Amino acid sequence: MTIPATSPARPGTIRGDEAALGRGPWQLRLPAAIAAAFLVLPLLALLVRVPWSTLPHLLTEPIVGEALRLSLICASAAAGLSMLFGIPLAWVLAHASGPLVNLLRALVTVPLVLPPVVGGVALLAAFGRRGVLGRPLDDLFGITLPFTPIAVVLAETFVALPFLVLTVEGAFRTLDSGYAEAAATLGASRWFTFRTVVLPLLAPAVLAGSVLAWARALGEFGATITFAGNSPGRTQTMPLAVYLAMERDPDAAIALSLILLLVCVLVLLLLRGRWLTGAAR
Amino acid sequence: MRRQQQPSSGSAPGPALRAHVEITRPGERTFRLAVDLAAEPGSVVAILGPNGAGKTTLLRAIAGLSRLDAGRIQLGDSVIEDPAAGVRLPAAARSIGVVFQDYRLFPTMTVRDNVAFAARSRGASKNSSRESADQWLSRFEMTAFADRRPSQLSGGQAQRIALLRALAREPALLLLDEPLAALDASIRGVTRDELRSYVASFAGPTLLVTHDPLDALLLADRVVVIENGRVTQEADPATIASQPATAYIAGLSGLNHYRGRADRAHGSVVLDGGGRLVPASLPTDPGEVLVALAPSAITVHTERPPAGSARNTWPGTVRSVQQLGDRVRLDVIAEPSALVDVTAAAVAQLHLAPGSSVWLSAKATEVTAYSAS
Repeated sequence: MTIPATSPARPGTIRGDEAALGRGPWQLRLPAAIAAAFLVLPLLALLVRVPWSTLPHLLTEPIVGEALRLSLICASAAAGLSMLFGIPLAWVLAHASGPLVNLLRALVTVPLVLPPVVGGVALLAAFGRRGVLGRPLDDLFGITLPFTPIAVVLAETFVALPFLVLTVEGAFRTLDSGYAEAAATLGASRWFTFRTVVLPLLAPAVLAGSVLAWARALGEFGATITFAGNSPGRTQTMPLAVYLAMERDPDAAIALSLILLLVCVLVLLLLRGRWLTGAAR
Repeated sequence: MRRQQQPSSGSAPGPALRAHVEITRPGERTFRLAVDLAAEPGSVVAILGPNGAGKTTLLRAIAGLSRLDAGRIQLGDSVIEDPAAGVRLPAAARSIGVVFQDYRLFPTMTVRDNVAFAARSRGASKNSSRESADQWLSRFEMTAFADRRPSQLSGGQAQRIALLRALAREPALLLLDEPLAALDASIRGVTRDELRSYVASFAGPTLLVTHDPLDALLLADRVVVIENGRVTQEADPATIASQPATAYIAGLSGLNHYRGRADRAHGSVVLDGGGRLVPASLPTDPGEVLVALAPSAITVHTERPPAGSARNTWPGTVRSVQQLGDRVRLDVIAEPSALVDVTAAAVAQLHLAPGSSVWLSAKATEVTAYSAS
């Protein structure tokens, strides 16, 4: 590197150089700008293409309301189930050790990378009419899960649970065990300590994890359509409705997408402060 | 106020602590802790020692947070841990209050709920446990802080609340782990005074773990010194300060410390490291003799002092000169070597510098000789 003869001596240039370093070389800035544009442009395009004039009509169709209602209910149920069972699983993964636990942790992350359609097929293999668990359920209790709203919740939970488990497990690991020790010396049982001391300390992580899980469940498509089908009012969630509308009526698809986008932005805005502070802890 | 609802104060005598604790930590350097400990109700026993001596390990073992490898812990009539007999009460079932070095106040709760926690965990209702927490807070004049979060407390306030929370458990034994270590030096003195008055109201035995000799000397009735997992001295604070058993303890009170054997014919002690000192009196016990000599009790001369002025005179060479508060400390290589405190004026008058040849003298009355056992 050559050093310009004028660069030392002037105090002002030091700050200037720091600012230049902060901006980074154009070799980094250009791809960064492309990446940002790639993420933002499609969303802007969606807004541009919204058929504003017919929007009220499109959105008041009963099928839209039903899909939205089903989506919100099922995603919330999936997020709730993820919390109910995911927090204990996260605790086990964070506190136990050994090859079995490592295997379990690997298995938990599989749904993160598995194509959702494959997840749907796997759920059918387990809970389908002739599935490993589905057949005895059907034979003994007359319960069939596939192609019901419950199947939607199960499919969404299958893909959403790992998000919560991994987020909360990380929080368990970094949690100071000193508080639980202090609680024990004050006479608290382990369960009382978990409820009153540990869980409140984990609240930011649980919130972050359940928002991630909820958002993932809301957008679930592949596993849902495979395992729960696509029957309007029963198992047709918003993503399925968007996809189907795309075939018949692209304007309707865009209108539906707009709603999903708004719901997601709204949730992120509502939780942004707490989520970010939670992640920073 | 309803009198009978007042938290019980130190009227009824609590149980005594008897503990023999053995813990082995394998590792690169295997650490072994083997300590006998006794503490009477109403007394404060300081566990003093350098970092890594095993003080906190001992405290955690008594609290039930670490397992004993061998030994036995007895509180009053009940054995709370005895590995040989398969007895081990979990921490929550031991009636032991702990104040941790970092206090560990629950950050998600108010001060009031922190103090109410012990009652809540025993199954008391939210209201009644908060009521009794308020009584504890008012008794210790901390009512103003009831609705604050621990993050809104100063170090001294947090320490008081941590103590209060432990006392509200109404424990039979109180354990304090370096309760003043996290505080600024400027408030440590005041907080130490408060701590003393609080602990004085506690009926059971109190164990105070500290590496600060001042804590031990000012707060404790007895001091147990632990070095490298062993008890090296156990005595009242005055004895610890004046007759240290090891170089570490001597260093705490800033004393010169020597080992040797009595030479009864000459009324002196022949020191292991060379030289001899005439003490005020020799211990009657046979065996190894320890000698303590305060740096301020030694006088420095540039020439041999006239005979008869002091019983002990010996030559040496100054190794280092160091400012220590309002004094100057000389490290003098001699037989025996000694730390000597002089005034800055003396340093200037005598032209003392590293390498200076000097004579040291100490009156026999300033030299304390005592038995090592």
